[in-house]
Amino acid sequence: MLRPYAAARRHLSIADKLYEINWGLVLIITIIASIGFAMQYSVAGGSWDPWAGKQLIRFVVGFIIMIVVAMVDIRVWMNFAYPFYAASLLLLLGVELMGMAHLGAQRWITLGPLELQPSEPMKIAEILALAKFLHGQSVEDVSKPLRLMVPLAMIGMPAVLVALQPNLGTTIILVLDGCSLLFLAGLSWWWIAPTISAIAAAVPVAWKFVLHDYQKARVMTFLNPESDALGAGWNITQAKIAVGSGGAAGKGFLQGTQSRLNFLPEKQTDFIITNFAEEFGFVGCIALLILFATVIGYGVQTAIQARSQFGRLVAIGITLNFFFYIMINGMMVMGLIPVVGIPMPLISYGGTAMLAVMFGFGILLSVHVHRQVEIPRHSTGII
Amino acid sequence: MPLFDRKDKSRYATFTRRSLMMSGGMGAILAVLGGRFYQLQIMKGAEYKVDAENNRISQRFIFPPRGRIIDRFGTELATNRRNYRVVIVAEQASQGVDAALDAVGKIIQIDPRQRDKVLHEVAQNKKFAQVPIAENLTWDEFARINQHLPYLPGVQPDIGETRAYPYGDEMSHLLGYVAQASQKDQETDDDPLLSQPGFRVGKRGIERQFDSQMRGDAGGSRVEVNAYGRVIRELSNVPGKPGQDVYLTIDCQLQRYAEERLAGESAACVVMDVETGDVLALVSTPGYDPNNFNVGITNTQWQDLLHDDHKPLMNKVLSGAYPPGSTFKTAMAVAAMENGLADLQVHCSGSMTLGNHEFHCWAWKKGGHGGVDLNRGIAVSCDIFFYEVARRLGIDKMEAAARALGLGAPTGIEMPGEVQGCMPSAAWKLAKYGVPWQQGDSLSAGIGQGYVLATPLQLCQMVARIASGKAVTPRLVHQVGSILQPRVEPSVLPFSQEALDAVRKGMTAVCEPGGTAFAWHIAEPGFEMAGKTGTAQVRVITKAERQSGVKSNSQVPWAMRDNGLFVAFAPVGNPRYACACIVEHNSDPHPQVAATRDILLFAQKRDPVKMPVAYPIRAAQNLTKGEGT
Repeated sequence: MLRPYAAARRHLSIADKLYEINWGLVLIITIIASIGFAMQYSVAGGSWDPWAGKQLIRFVVGFIIMIVVAMVDIRVWMNFAYPFYAASLLLLLGVELMGMAHLGAQRWITLGPLELQPSEPMKIAEILALAKFLHGQSVEDVSKPLRLMVPLAMIGMPAVLVALQPNLGTTIILVLDGCSLLFLAGLSWWWIAPTISAIAAAVPVAWKFVLHDYQKARVMTFLNPESDALGAGWNITQAKIAVGSGGAAGKGFLQGTQSRLNFLPEKQTDFIITNFAEEFGFVGCIALLILFATVIGYGVQTAIQARSQFGRLVAIGITLNFFFYIMINGMMVMGLIPVVGIPMPLISYGGTAMLAVMFGFGILLSVHVHRQVEIPRHSTGII
Repeated sequence: MPLFDRKDKSRYATFTRRSLMMSGGMGAILAVLGGRFYQLQIMKGAEYKVDAENNRISQRFIFPPRGRIIDRFGTELATNRRNYRVVIVAEQASQGVDAALDAVGKIIQIDPRQRDKVLHEVAQNKKFAQVPIAENLTWDEFARINQHLPYLPGVQPDIGETRAYPYGDEMSHLLGYVAQASQKDQETDDDPLLSQPGFRVGKRGIERQFDSQMRGDAGGSRVEVNAYGRVIRELSNVPGKPGQDVYLTIDCQLQRYAEERLAGESAACVVMDVETGDVLALVSTPGYDPNNFNVGITNTQWQDLLHDDHKPLMNKVLSGAYPPGSTFKTAMAVAAMENGLADLQVHCSGSMTLGNHEFHCWAWKKGGHGGVDLNRGIAVSCDIFFYEVARRLGIDKMEAAARALGLGAPTGIEMPGEVQGCMPSAAWKLAKYGVPWQQGDSLSAGIGQGYVLATPLQLCQMVARIASGKAVTPRLVHQVGSILQPRVEPSVLPFSQEALDAVRKGMTAVCEPGGTAFAWHIAEPGFEMAGKTGTAQVRVITKAERQSGVKSNSQVPWAMRDNGLFVAFAPVGNPRYACACIVEHNSDPHPQVAATRDILLFAQKRDPVKMPVAYPIRAAQNLTKGEGT
């Protein structure tokens, strides 16, 4: 077997790798996903059909993918980073062109029997590609204007394509993921501070020229949900009622009335957590937040322990991506930010998202398994 | 080049530092989420629980059956009947609503307008809502629909309840009608039933007056609904309280006879028991069919009713204030007797002069009535005699007697819309017009013209008082539900027996040879009536016209013709029935007298006050009164 990296301390056998997998993280992921099945079972009125059953199958597929991905050397993923990114970008472009051909918004692409949402793998691909690029940059290099053009383009291209779909939520996640990685790679505060100021100044301009009417309506409704309690404000109001009515201990499994009687919008996808909050109350919600926090904690620990900058950036990138989903979804269903259409990872119903999240965790586990692997800064990553 | 250099170490340190910073940020945001859960679920949990329950539970009303209206012998005048109807539920119409309507249209008739209405309502309502296709079907039609039901997907037979008035327009003004509550009704009454589609409230007559008692209390069904309003299951069911029946003093047969007798005229008639004040018949013609209002009156029908010059929407018995004309002379005669004019003798030459104004007797063409005393004055209705009485008494004494007989004040009958008429006095005129009372005003008032206005109900009350000697008031409702309506034992009138006897005698003479109503007297022994005719001009006859020849009533337009009035009681020896009747603008000689004669004869022969009543509660005084006569 070709072993190009002299710095690689040891070669791991399959058994070693299986042993090295962080099974605690796997267990917590499985518990969170199981909460998702239970909720999909609940919002279908106590039925595996139409959501819970399919979601379970997807999770099993995703689980296998996760374990397989975890076994693959991170240097392989480093090698695949740019092709994967390029492929995802092409798919996004394809979706965009199809959308133009069909004169309407398009988020899906059909590949044989599969319906794929390219924005989901794009998130992982963006993290991998950025990590690979930033791996080759020292702290000083990152802040050099010319070099900075590359990661900004890597973030900007998919973000623009997704924004054109239009999919504001995913655009925000792509930008947050990318910027976080730049920050962690050591981007100078001299870049960060003026950028934040510029964004703050750009908000009014974006409001006037960039946002779609339906997006503006969402913001306006968010700011004053009672103004349109039966129209667009309905979602926010009903979601808050669902969460609030759960009280301390919740109404009990399958006892949530808000979703069962269809008062909740998108009850199996974006707003699934409101059904959980209604049925399991404050106690359940805090328990779920602790599970999420544990996953994030494992992710940060994996990142810090990794010996390669690529591994570190990938691990933290995937962890942050997971966190941003939770943050945006949690805030939007509880009326803290406008509704932007971001699912709750592992819990919301959705095939591509589930597979993308599991794939991401697979890479996170791979970083953990291969945490001792060292990759020189100037390596191209080719094994 | 070394594989790892100092630069790598520095970026690892940066990474670790910054990733710990971000971890802190993530922890803080997770804490914010936890805090938001705390705020929504712990702090505001109770509030949102109520909201969730309100979402989930919907209150469906069950209409209470409306109380019936029943006459003194137990006849239902207003009741509820089954309403056989067919409804369509859009989501169950598997071949579409159009196809379903076509299919129903082959079995029962659906006119295109109704069809459009159904399609419109289907579009407006939820897919599972019942939209009525046809209401008030006959049993035959309903049965045919049921027979074809297997071939009519989405079509459902339904049995509801609807208000029914078996006697239609014969009772219209008495009973009133029911209709959907107006915006104004809903503002003044906070009963939630009023806002329910299909719920009816009383709009006129007894239906309006006793609406709250007849309405009952809504039953409730608490149902769980989903976000689209579809009922998932029933949680609880509270039966309502049915409305209370209203028992009237009316005699259905007499009412119907009187209505039939006056049909075609613009007229009003009341029959009262002079001893108790029980109203036995209360008729205002023309009427309307109250059933139409319940089903939903068309705009054309409504406009026709509104613009009819015979005023079918007006209950003339108590909303019509008319100059009482010569019927007022009965009150004048009482006043004359009471004020020492019992032996007054007047010579009638056809006219008398007061100041520079000449007052005419109606018989001025024949040269007047000659010598007239009180009895003859009433019998021939001599205007000159009563001008003289008025001149001698002055308005205040006239007013006192008239008010004691109930004029100028509402009778207090249990019906909406009663007006009080007008019994003028010197102070009244000064206050109202700022002009002092003139003696000429007294003279005009003395023959029931000028400022004097009275409703037929007030005139009937007046004649009942003269006949009985008691201050009876009209009474229409005996009992509501299980509660007897309060009643006051009538006081004795503040008049001497001689005064009343003299007036009764004069009224008897009216129907005897030489009297103004002799042509229509009741000849059957024991049923004779006493009365007083009246003719009220609705136009002013000018001096020029009088000289060139007064036009007869048949020569002027309908609305300009005189009103004919008659007040009467019977039988003369032992009065029991009082009647007041007005026929507007009829040029025939005294049609109201002929009608009154027939109605009083019918009443006496039937004698409803002696027949055993069918009230669930019988007032002790009713029984003693019944025996007393």
